[in-house]
Amino acid sequence: MRRVNWLRMAVIGVAVALIEALCRGGVIKPFTMTPPSQMLADLLPLLSSAEMLQHVAETLVNVATALLFAIVVGFLAGAVLFVLPRVRRVVDPLLSSYYAIPIFVFYPLFVVLFGLNRTPQIVIGFLLAVVAMIINTLNGFDRVPPVLLKTAKVLRMGRVATTRRVFLPYATLYIFTGLKLAVAYSFIGVIAAEFILSGAGIGYEINFAYNNFDNHVMYPLIVLIILISTFINMSLYAWEKRFLERQTGR
Amino acid sequence: MTQRSLMRQGFDILLLVLALGGIWQLLYAYAGEVALTSPWETAVAASRLIVSPRFWPHIEETGLAFLQGYAIAIAGGLAIGLLLGAHRLSGEVAEPILVALYSIPKITLYPIILLFFGIGMPAKVAFGAIHGIVPIAIFSMNAIRTLKPVYLRAGRSLRLGPWAMARTILLPAAVPEVFTGLRVGLALTLVGTLLGEMFGSQRGLGFLLMVAMGTHDMETIMSVTLILVLFATLVSIVMMGIDQRLHQRA
Amino acid sequence: MAGATAASMATPHAVLEGVTRIYPGTGGRAPLHALGKIDLALARGEFFSVVGPSGCGKSTLLEIVAGLQPLSEGRLVFEDRPVNGQVPDGIGVVFQEDASFPWLSVRDNIAFGLRHNGMDPAEIRRRVEFAIGLMGLREFEGAYPAQLSGGMRQRVCIARTLVLQPRLILLDEPFGALDQQTRLLMGDELLRLWRETGATVLLITHALDEAAMLSDRVGVMSARPGRFLEIVATGWPRERDSRIVEQTGFAEITGRLWARLREESMKAMAADGRRL
Repeated sequence: MRRVNWLRMAVIGVAVALIEALCRGGVIKPFTMTPPSQMLADLLPLLSSAEMLQHVAETLVNVATALLFAIVVGFLAGAVLFVLPRVRRVVDPLLSSYYAIPIFVFYPLFVVLFGLNRTPQIVIGFLLAVVAMIINTLNGFDRVPPVLLKTAKVLRMGRVATTRRVFLPYATLYIFTGLKLAVAYSFIGVIAAEFILSGAGIGYEINFAYNNFDNHVMYPLIVLIILISTFINMSLYAWEKRFLERQTGR
Repeated sequence: MTQRSLMRQGFDILLLVLALGGIWQLLYAYAGEVALTSPWETAVAASRLIVSPRFWPHIEETGLAFLQGYAIAIAGGLAIGLLLGAHRLSGEVAEPILVALYSIPKITLYPIILLFFGIGMPAKVAFGAIHGIVPIAIFSMNAIRTLKPVYLRAGRSLRLGPWAMARTILLPAAVPEVFTGLRVGLALTLVGTLLGEMFGSQRGLGFLLMVAMGTHDMETIMSVTLILVLFATLVSIVMMGIDQRLHQRA
Repeated sequence: MAGATAASMATPHAVLEGVTRIYPGTGGRAPLHALGKIDLALARGEFFSVVGPSGCGKSTLLEIVAGLQPLSEGRLVFEDRPVNGQVPDGIGVVFQEDASFPWLSVRDNIAFGLRHNGMDPAEIRRRVEFAIGLMGLREFEGAYPAQLSGGMRQRVCIARTLVLQPRLILLDEPFGALDQQTRLLMGDELLRLWRETGATVLLITHALDEAAMLSDRVGVMSARPGRFLEIVATGWPRERDSRIVEQTGFAEITGRLWARLREESMKAMAADGRRL
């Protein structure tokens, strides 16, 4: 396995080095893109500026809020749908085709409805993440093997005890996939919304820097987003591998 | 499918549409004329919009950009995905990179696209394409990877040459999963194209939405949104139907 | 212990009289007669196996005796108390599918049924230790089921049942997914457990040799709706293991079971074919 990791880093390293060479060599003009080394160099003063840190905080707070709501509402909604199969059947087409609909088209609507504050961003992030959570919650519940519930019956456990000690622990193992998606989607939703129209946040700052031809602010911020996004996803992936692999065998 | 279950499905869909319309109507009653237009008004405005001559250039623009972006996404995604799927080591190295790319908020890459391609159609097409290419690549890669080795053995035992084997066994076996990738890719390419049109464009549905947002033109916002949502849902339902049939056959 | 069988015939551990299971028809379909009529008296401490063609209702029978399913007609009495769709005290079940809890370690799996019942923690520990030793799980007590083989996981399920000290143990094709050698060895272990616990055992299996080797009596079921065509007594001594397959009596018993079963199996296959 370790050889694969080295290869991967090498591939990424070569790609970055290529871009660096093209930038330094003048093939890619500084107006279009600064060299990667320059991006990193520009990132440091940004991160120590109080104003920028405020934007970062704004984004992270928005993402966290959207995520929290998405997880809680998504899980509860999934539970309700599971318990009411007739309702679930009616709602199912909506769930299946949900991610085919460009949710961002609703953003102008939300801006008009809620005003130009952080609410529209949070709502978009929430809407993007919540359905992934619902679908995966339902998936987790569906997958509980009937034999486990029969075992609970043989142990003469009541419904509450069965739900608490057998049903939910099993389902939770598989709902984790929903969590990963919810994190990614709320992040994407919030940042995209900030970019389209807002007054604060990293997405807004990137847009602002672009409009002001300020590559020395824009590119470092883009790198920052890529780093944060990759870090979050890798952490979740590693966590899943460590803790869940021994329980699910995957 | 029995006639009875078809009728039941139709009834369920009707119920869903009515429920959504009802919620909409309630929101309208609550939020008022300033914030929303009622379902009926929106439907009327939308139908008027579709037949109006000033609307057609925008649909054309978006449609063209979308189709081109989707074509590139398919070509690129299939090429990358099939190659990575066939060559084991490359696939292993590349997979986390692809997954990371999938989770990065691609809107942050938009300024880079604009800087490289300039404002206008090429940027929109490129932006749509980068949205769609990643899921198509991921699904195509998986389609090849999860081909059962027994297929290859069966092909060899029938003394098929590599080309015949690819044509008659491997390709049909891979089609269902590849098609799912195409379905997801279509939705994402549409999102990318619309987002791309929200900036640096003087035509297109995304542009219309941004303008309407700026002028607080609720009617336009809601009718365009409605048209887009209906279109996306329709395409999604058709593609899911095909997707299901393909997977059933497999 | 040999005389115990004769004496315990007087007060059977469980009795089924005229038991059937008929699933009501839904959506315009005819009701499904899955099982019946069953008449059976299980002696305390006996090892009874049920064999029959697929689809004859063996598993349904087991679930009815366990109280997991209600009966449609007839009577079921366990330890002098009627049972109908409620799991009585003193019953343990080992299912065909893997029923181990993947989120718990082996040790926690085994202790599961004892917790939350107000049992003294020292007693729980004692019983779990005993079961782990008995089932040969000492090396694996900290592991998780997903890390173990199918056979190991079944042992965990058996251990989990044993700690509850059930008086009637029901097993539904517990070794179905295992290879032949493992099955024979697990059969030996099962016999050992049976002797040590003194429980009554009802085993469902499709393997005739397994039934012939392990049981005091073997019931042969007909094709669906299943009823007992014959109950064959093996006459084996209580102290037995898999080497019994060497004895000539073994071939006779297996032969007799197959003679009864062959026609029923052909009927079941024909029925399956029509359904497909």
